[in-house]
Amino acid sequence: MFDLHTFVYGVFPYIATIVFLLGSWIRFDHEQYTWKSDSSQLLSKKNMRLMSNLFHVGILGIFFGHVAGMVMPHGLWVGLGISDLAHQWIAILAGLAFGGAVVAGGAMLWHRRMFNPRVRAASRWMDINILGWLVITACFGLLTVPFSIGHAVKGDVSTMLLLGEWIRSILILQPEPELIRNVDTVYKVHVFFGMSVFLFFPFTRLVHVWSAPVPYLFRAYQVVRTKRHL
Amino acid sequence: MKVRAQFAFVFNLDKCIGCHTCSVTCKNVWTNRKGVEYAWFNNVESKPGIGYPKNWADQNQWKGGWELNGGKLELKSGDRKSKLLNIFANPDMPEIDDYYEPFTYNYAHLQNAPLLEATPTARPQSQITGETMEKIHWGPNWEDDLAGEFSKRSKDVDMDGIQKEMYSQFENTFHMYLPRICNHCLNPACVAACPSGSIYKREEDGIVLVDQDKCRGWRMCISSCPYKKVFYNWESGKAEKCIGCYPRVESGMPTVCSESCVGRIRYNGIMLYDADKIETLASTQNEQDLYEAQCKIFLDPNDPKVIEAARAEGINEDWIIAAQKSPIYKMAIDWKIAFPMHPEFRTLPMVWYVPPLSPVQSQIDQGNLPVGPDGAIPLAGTMRTPIQYLANLLTAGKTAPVESALNRLIAMRSYQRSVHVEGVADTRALDKAGITEDQAKEMYRYLAIANYEDRFVIPTGHEEVRLEDFYAFQGQNCFTFGNDSSAGISQTSLFPERRKETVEVCVIQPLSKLKP
Repeated sequence: MFDLHTFVYGVFPYIATIVFLLGSWIRFDHEQYTWKSDSSQLLSKKNMRLMSNLFHVGILGIFFGHVAGMVMPHGLWVGLGISDLAHQWIAILAGLAFGGAVVAGGAMLWHRRMFNPRVRAASRWMDINILGWLVITACFGLLTVPFSIGHAVKGDVSTMLLLGEWIRSILILQPEPELIRNVDTVYKVHVFFGMSVFLFFPFTRLVHVWSAPVPYLFRAYQVVRTKRHL
Repeated sequence: MKVRAQFAFVFNLDKCIGCHTCSVTCKNVWTNRKGVEYAWFNNVESKPGIGYPKNWADQNQWKGGWELNGGKLELKSGDRKSKLLNIFANPDMPEIDDYYEPFTYNYAHLQNAPLLEATPTARPQSQITGETMEKIHWGPNWEDDLAGEFSKRSKDVDMDGIQKEMYSQFENTFHMYLPRICNHCLNPACVAACPSGSIYKREEDGIVLVDQDKCRGWRMCISSCPYKKVFYNWESGKAEKCIGCYPRVESGMPTVCSESCVGRIRYNGIMLYDADKIETLASTQNEQDLYEAQCKIFLDPNDPKVIEAARAEGINEDWIIAAQKSPIYKMAIDWKIAFPMHPEFRTLPMVWYVPPLSPVQSQIDQGNLPVGPDGAIPLAGTMRTPIQYLANLLTAGKTAPVESALNRLIAMRSYQRSVHVEGVADTRALDKAGITEDQAKEMYRYLAIANYEDRFVIPTGHEEVRLEDFYAFQGQNCFTFGNDSSAGISQTSLFPERRKETVEVCVIQPLSKLKP
């Protein structure tokens, strides 16, 4: 049966991924000048250390947490001796901490973006939207926590395993949307919002994530360029 | 020895009249755009004063430039790791109010206002928000000609170690202008601090540029430049800075600020230096030795060994000749009358300054000042501007070199006075200042007459080393559609295309041939 559920959790992930990858590549190729973090710190510095660090550290924690818990093969964690129940409790606690940081930092940043006259004036439509979307996504992520706790106290890890299995089914190009047809709606909403972030990604300032300047750690301080053909 | 050429400047503060023509021409050419209204690649400060942006020279506040960390050169704002840890919110980043909120005036209201009892006024409007501003609190040149209270102006870090109280009195007050641009440093802190590696120094002429395509807006350069001469374009999200007017310089023309200087205080020329010595000399232990250390990095362009090494590095013959005729070399090395600004920042800046003499004539007439052997021209130490102040600005506080330079400038005047007023060459002042008659004549030619061809000795850029197809590039005056220093080819391109720097030659056919 092909219905809305099949589309959103069987087809939409691929649309989002293709737009995310191809869109990023095209923008990188053709619109380098727009490839930037678009910082507004110059216009308003107040509390930025608190807000921006909460938001960014939180979102990095969330990203790597999802990768570790749901993308890595389930067998890996079992092999390492982490029981499924322990896995779920770690996910709950880490999600609470990092998700809480994203919501707190993100909400403050969004408030700043909307109500600081200078930042607002320099904001584009998409800057306001994508920040709001990320905060809403994180809010839905936090809303899943009570459900997960409810499952965990009963020793029920099935929802977590189903979600992980579904993500891996998408990644190995054998989508099985039926796996999560019967999980609580809040999870499905969170997943939908999360996938949409990838859909919007190439059209927003989020592209700066690709350019995380890790190579700087290994670079010589001075950079000299020459006109000569070397 | 690794010989490199550097496009360098000297500003003769003795002749700066603070007219801001340099600032205005630069603004009109390069920064009259949204996002950089507040940015002045060239600005002129009234000193003593805290300057633009506020208090920029105080590195305890801004953490710009380099410092010695256990004898090793390190960015004052922290190493690479701390840059990345602070990337989400740069703690040393200035805010727009540290420069000023850019504003214009509602001129339209003057014409559109209805009939009123009072004359309509053009109220200031923020160029960021477009809102009417109740009051303008600060501007690009708020302290012009010593405007404002002494207590605020004297927060100037160059006043450290000077008896401020004395100079607060009207009778003792002193004043000078300080025009500032990017120093195109030999050891630039902005380049070192750039996490994405978008800022670079050009090997051919040493001009420091921001690759606008590669800049990601991590804004570490803004805080790491101790001169606060890299600006964040809040509209484009990219860093921008003085480009040394490279399209002009490559064509053999002086920078627009130098060309338009009505006081003829600006000199553009080439310096050869040894790039192998940068780190050692910038790591000189004692801050007060940094000026002399930087002098050691320059190579004598007439030394056959240097010429040979320069040729081996691929430096063109016309560049070597330009280095030999460099006004910068004469003033900085031959005559020792020009100094780098704040050498203690350890960036080895390449805009050097001739310190200003200060007016004293009425004091001499009243017999209040000791004078030199000619009985007419005073000694350097008696001038209005304290030598310690100039030394704090130019030699990390070491007064001897500045005093010597001022005495040489005075001796040159004394000698010229004797020739033109007395009709007899009196070289006593020259002998005391340690310069020869010939040198004094040449100094007079360069400093007082300041002919265009003496001020600007600029060899043209050699585009032929870069371009494969010169014909396609003609008429573009070094502006490219891609990045200026790259070949414009990306190996990872999704849709491979012709190199951006070549322009299609369009052949216009006569109409008769197009129609059958």
